[in-house]
Amino acid sequence: MHEYSIVASLIDRVQQEADAHGGSRVYRLHLKIGELSGVEVELLKTAFDTFRERTICDGAELSIDMVAAAWACSSCDRAVARGAILRCDDCGRPARMLEGDEIILQRIEMEAPHV
Amino acid sequence: MCETCGCGDPEIVPIEVQQRILSDNDAQAGHNRSHFQGLGMLAINLMGSPGSGKTAVLEATAKAAGEHLKLGAVSGDLATDRDADRLNASGIVSATITTGSACHLDARLVHRALHDFPSEDRDIFFIENVGNLVCPAIYDLGQAANVVALSVTEGEDKPLKYPVMFQKADLVLLTKVDLIPHLDFDLAAVEDAIAHVMPEANMLEVSAKTGEGIDAWLQWLEKLRPAPAEQSAAGLPHEHHHEHH
Repeated sequence: MHEYSIVASLIDRVQQEADAHGGSRVYRLHLKIGELSGVEVELLKTAFDTFRERTICDGAELSIDMVAAAWACSSCDRAVARGAILRCDDCGRPARMLEGDEIILQRIEMEAPHV
Repeated sequence: MCETCGCGDPEIVPIEVQQRILSDNDAQAGHNRSHFQGLGMLAINLMGSPGSGKTAVLEATAKAAGEHLKLGAVSGDLATDRDADRLNASGIVSATITTGSACHLDARLVHRALHDFPSEDRDIFFIENVGNLVCPAIYDLGQAANVVALSVTEGEDKPLKYPVMFQKADLVLLTKVDLIPHLDFDLAAVEDAIAHVMPEANMLEVSAKTGEGIDAWLQWLEKLRPAPAEQSAAGLPHEHHHEHH
């Protein structure tokens, strides 16, 4: 259940931004979470609902963009299908992940006077 | 301006961040990595299920390395010092990181353990993570390589069930291979599963009990060790004009 420690890091980060901008209240957080990030979105939401109380994020909503894994050959850029053997059919080189491991705080919507 | 009703007050503004939520951990891991590199130590993050044989592999590694390599380790453990006690007895300078209820090590816990660690004179430094195939995968600790111990009793499909862990691995150690004659274990099936989740599928078969494969594992580690020239210049600003092999 590392989702709780991720939420703790998230709230710390939001508090830093609130301090920097004189923010008082947070309305919504926009996150990007990859399929192969190792983060379970439902657990993350539960952890956020539990931990946001009496923090800068009290009452804030989570808006989460899910990102499917995408792979391509590390040499010739040919796409390697998700769920397939992670090697290029053409040249045999290992695939590299294009996206799908994101754990990113994209944007905070907050009440702030000095932006 | 208020996006809901246009009243103009209070002002709700979008603050662009676009950063990893674990950026604090990443920064701490970067600090740990500089520390290991500065001391010329190869740091290995050893992960795997509870009971996959992580500690036993390290004991066998110490036995095979003998006087040839100076080994160090920190072991993440929820409640006991048992792993570190076993490793110290095998000749690996070791300390415990007690995690309490935490299911993984993070860079801050490793950093604190490094400050208290009794020796800076180690060739290879193992970070034996908490037994868990999920949570440890997402925390960078400052290691040079990730190794996952997978025992033959866990089933061939574990890599497909825990793709994040295996995708991040540089090497899978298939442990307890001395048990294969007693099991319906399909080596080709585990190789196929690993090829679906690891881009550079790389696996070594080992037995801590018989010592099989431990020499190949030591050779794999030796290849990753920093060259002596890098060690002597460690910590000083310098340019690299040599080829990596």
